[in-house]
Amino acid sequence: MKHLLQLIFIPLLLGAAAGAGAAGEPIVLNDDCPPGFELTAGHCELRSLYQMYPSLQDAGVGGLKTGLPQWRDGFTPQQTDLGRYLFFDPVLSRDGTVSCATCHAPDKGFSDGLGRSVGINGSVLPRSAPTLWNVAFLNSFFWDGRATSLEGQMLGPLFDKHEMGSDPQLLLETLNGLPAYRQLFAQAYPEDFVAADAQIRLDQVYAAIAAFQVTLISLNSRYDQYAHGYADALTEPEIEGLNIFRSFVARCAECHTPPLFTNQQIAVLGTPEPVGMPFDPGAEVPLNEPTQRGGFKVPTLRNIELTAPYMHSGRFATLREAVAFYTGGRGHAVPEGEELKIHWHIWEPNLTDEELDRLVDFLKTLTDESFKPEPPRQLPSGLGLVHFEVADAGDINNGEEDHE
Amino acid sequence: MNKIVAIVGALVLLGGGYYLGKSNQPEPTVIKVPTAPKAEFTSTGAAEVAAAAGAVSVRAWETPTSGELIVVKDGESIQDAVKAAQPGAVIKVMPGTYRETVYIDKDNITLSGVIERGNYPVMDGEGVRNDAVLYSGNGVTVENLYITKYKGNAIMGQAGNNYIIRNNIIVDTGVYGIFPQLGKNGIVAHNVISGIEDAAIYVGMSDNVDVVYNQVFDSVAGIEIENSRAALVEGNFVYNNTGGILAFITPGLPIKTCGDVIIRNNFVVDNNHENFAIPGSLVSNIPSGTGVLVMACDDVVVEQNIISGNDSVGITFTDFSLAGNAAKDQDADPNPNRPKILNNIMQDNGNNPAPVVRAILATQMLTRGPDIVDTVGMDDGCILNPERYRTLGLDNYGECDFANTKSVLTYTLPEPVPPRLNESNMEKGKLAYYGVCAGCHAYGSRMIGPPTQIIQALYMDNPEGIAAYAASPVKKRDDYPEMPPQGHLDDETLLEAAKFMLELTK
Repeated sequence: MKHLLQLIFIPLLLGAAAGAGAAGEPIVLNDDCPPGFELTAGHCELRSLYQMYPSLQDAGVGGLKTGLPQWRDGFTPQQTDLGRYLFFDPVLSRDGTVSCATCHAPDKGFSDGLGRSVGINGSVLPRSAPTLWNVAFLNSFFWDGRATSLEGQMLGPLFDKHEMGSDPQLLLETLNGLPAYRQLFAQAYPEDFVAADAQIRLDQVYAAIAAFQVTLISLNSRYDQYAHGYADALTEPEIEGLNIFRSFVARCAECHTPPLFTNQQIAVLGTPEPVGMPFDPGAEVPLNEPTQRGGFKVPTLRNIELTAPYMHSGRFATLREAVAFYTGGRGHAVPEGEELKIHWHIWEPNLTDEELDRLVDFLKTLTDESFKPEPPRQLPSGLGLVHFEVADAGDINNGEEDHE
Repeated sequence: MNKIVAIVGALVLLGGGYYLGKSNQPEPTVIKVPTAPKAEFTSTGAAEVAAAAGAVSVRAWETPTSGELIVVKDGESIQDAVKAAQPGAVIKVMPGTYRETVYIDKDNITLSGVIERGNYPVMDGEGVRNDAVLYSGNGVTVENLYITKYKGNAIMGQAGNNYIIRNNIIVDTGVYGIFPQLGKNGIVAHNVISGIEDAAIYVGMSDNVDVVYNQVFDSVAGIEIENSRAALVEGNFVYNNTGGILAFITPGLPIKTCGDVIIRNNFVVDNNHENFAIPGSLVSNIPSGTGVLVMACDDVVVEQNIISGNDSVGITFTDFSLAGNAAKDQDADPNPNRPKILNNIMQDNGNNPAPVVRAILATQMLTRGPDIVDTVGMDDGCILNPERYRTLGLDNYGECDFANTKSVLTYTLPEPVPPRLNESNMEKGKLAYYGVCAGCHAYGSRMIGPPTQIIQALYMDNPEGIAAYAASPVKKRDDYPEMPPQGHLDDETLLEAAKFMLELTK
């Protein structure tokens, strides 16, 4: 069945692309760096006020005026812009129905609004899509931390039969079969396209997508204004929330540590799965470490307001529910028969309803989409953007207007 | 402590007679008279301290002051004073009772109690407030306060270099007494702390800290140095805790090393308190009757302490097997590498071991806890005069080639850590332009706001005009949305950003 689809799909696709090429102007990649980056000797380098601050052992964990952890940058503007086209183009999936943005939609906090993401052919996946905001600063990827680079991470969704369903050979054939992409890759990697018959390579694809991903910087929230010294950036209830957040009663900041609001560690929390779903062993599997059973990467809380539902499989619909989990008692949601090494910061802080409300108030000050990129108006494949389907559905549920 | 069980079990299988014989009839004590003094102690932790020290100055720096003085009287709010304070201010708190949480998110603030004829300003959490003092600024001093009945920590720092926490009395505050974390260069001195569910004094993920001359008692842990480097623990009176002085790598933290810790000239006495730690916490694993406990921390020197009356073990070196209730951390080295045990006065330890220790001792036909145990059996350790103590697991220790650490007067720096300066691309104007302004303004193309080129043409030599407009903008152009005010950036940053904007050429 899949092969049949593929046979039908590729000729259709090539036809569409040829049509687009004939009708539209050739795409010229942007030669400016995205916001937040300075063009230096042809490369885009990150600039942030946080770079003024020290950070103990350069670990990028601390308090208000603490510097950032190691980050990725240094791609060219053209590579970055090529990555944007690839990111939004469903041509990267086996049947042209799923793009990276399907599960990482800009208007959904670079997630998808779903508890468990949906891949190719409507496959419901076991975990939720993590936000891509600030992935430039991360050193491990996936909920169970099994990838150590963006390039390594993207192999998962691209080639998983339930996610985008492609394979390396198909991906190369597809892209090399599209003249529009060949000329874009030639703009992004001119040194590799001197010969007329030069082919697109996989490492160029991965690097371009990574180049785009590292530009998704969110460090201009109202919280950040407060951190840089503007005391009036937060309201009194929000400051109360900040103080609960960093108190040693709630202990949120011990793992969700500023400035990124993650310490990038694996933690065993014992959060519940959605009803009917089996227990997820998490990091136990990639680490081959039984004591990490049920361990998941501490996610960033930046733009957390935008990425409901919460936890690795979306059990909690709202921030209020997610926050309340932590005052429910150590191990209160662990299924019978599971012996977990629950993290020591999970205890019984006995937070009041008011304190939980203030925590939610504070978490909403971490929202900043000022550097949100625009999706391309036209895709090199000639296909249409697909990520709005999910986004629109969410918007209708929320009773909001769509964003177009 | 599983390893020693395994080691001992194997030994018993190989020949219990040999082992028992060895322990019953130790080698005759060799009397040594040194012909030459030993070499001086060297430490990687002391390198930057010594390099910067021209003249000898031990903990001589203070929080910089500007002359601004704010006096808080009984019935007033300390936090109101902090809000009003500028960096460099001294806030003097008069005796009285203050029922609040104070947070300091500014640099160079001195929060100082005024003590009148023994009366302290009291911060009372009444069992309902979380923490007494939170700080996240550099150069913060907190002193002369009496803090009681908070649920979390008495004094908690989240980052912030060059801190001084001294002369405070902390009674029954919940989880930790003094808790500086993620900072460099700090002094914790002359505090009196009791009744704490975790550590009375905790220093976590920090560099260059002295914990000196404190009195800590009736707590689960007296002093804990965790995932930190270059820490001096000296001259403290540590008694009636469950465990006296700890140096730990705790697994699962983002900074994964611990080392160059000197535990010197402390009184570690009668630490036999029942363990009342929070279930699940790491210190809940500490056997009652523990004097000094080193877990996975490297290059720890234990020197000239009086360690007496601790009912389980005087000094323990161990690995993560003590932290059996935590998930394993494959990125942290579990071994307490290169332990260094110099001369210590040890008396009356191990008289009534806790059940978990008793069970381990039983495997070796012992009932009394040793003065010193190494549960890992490290082979890179050293000890002076081992014949003076009842030891276990130290068979592979050599003799230390230094006799004291007096070359390290302090692990704090001679001068405060300066702000991060003079690195490339650190200009505030540039960082603000790219980090904030560029969200709406590109050089040559239209984004949300007009291109930088157009702004350059309008303002030419007038960066002040840009800065003033950005602080309080008005709607100017029909074809662009109104600019949101940027007053969150201070005047200097706005002006620097405006200058940078006018000089941009691409």
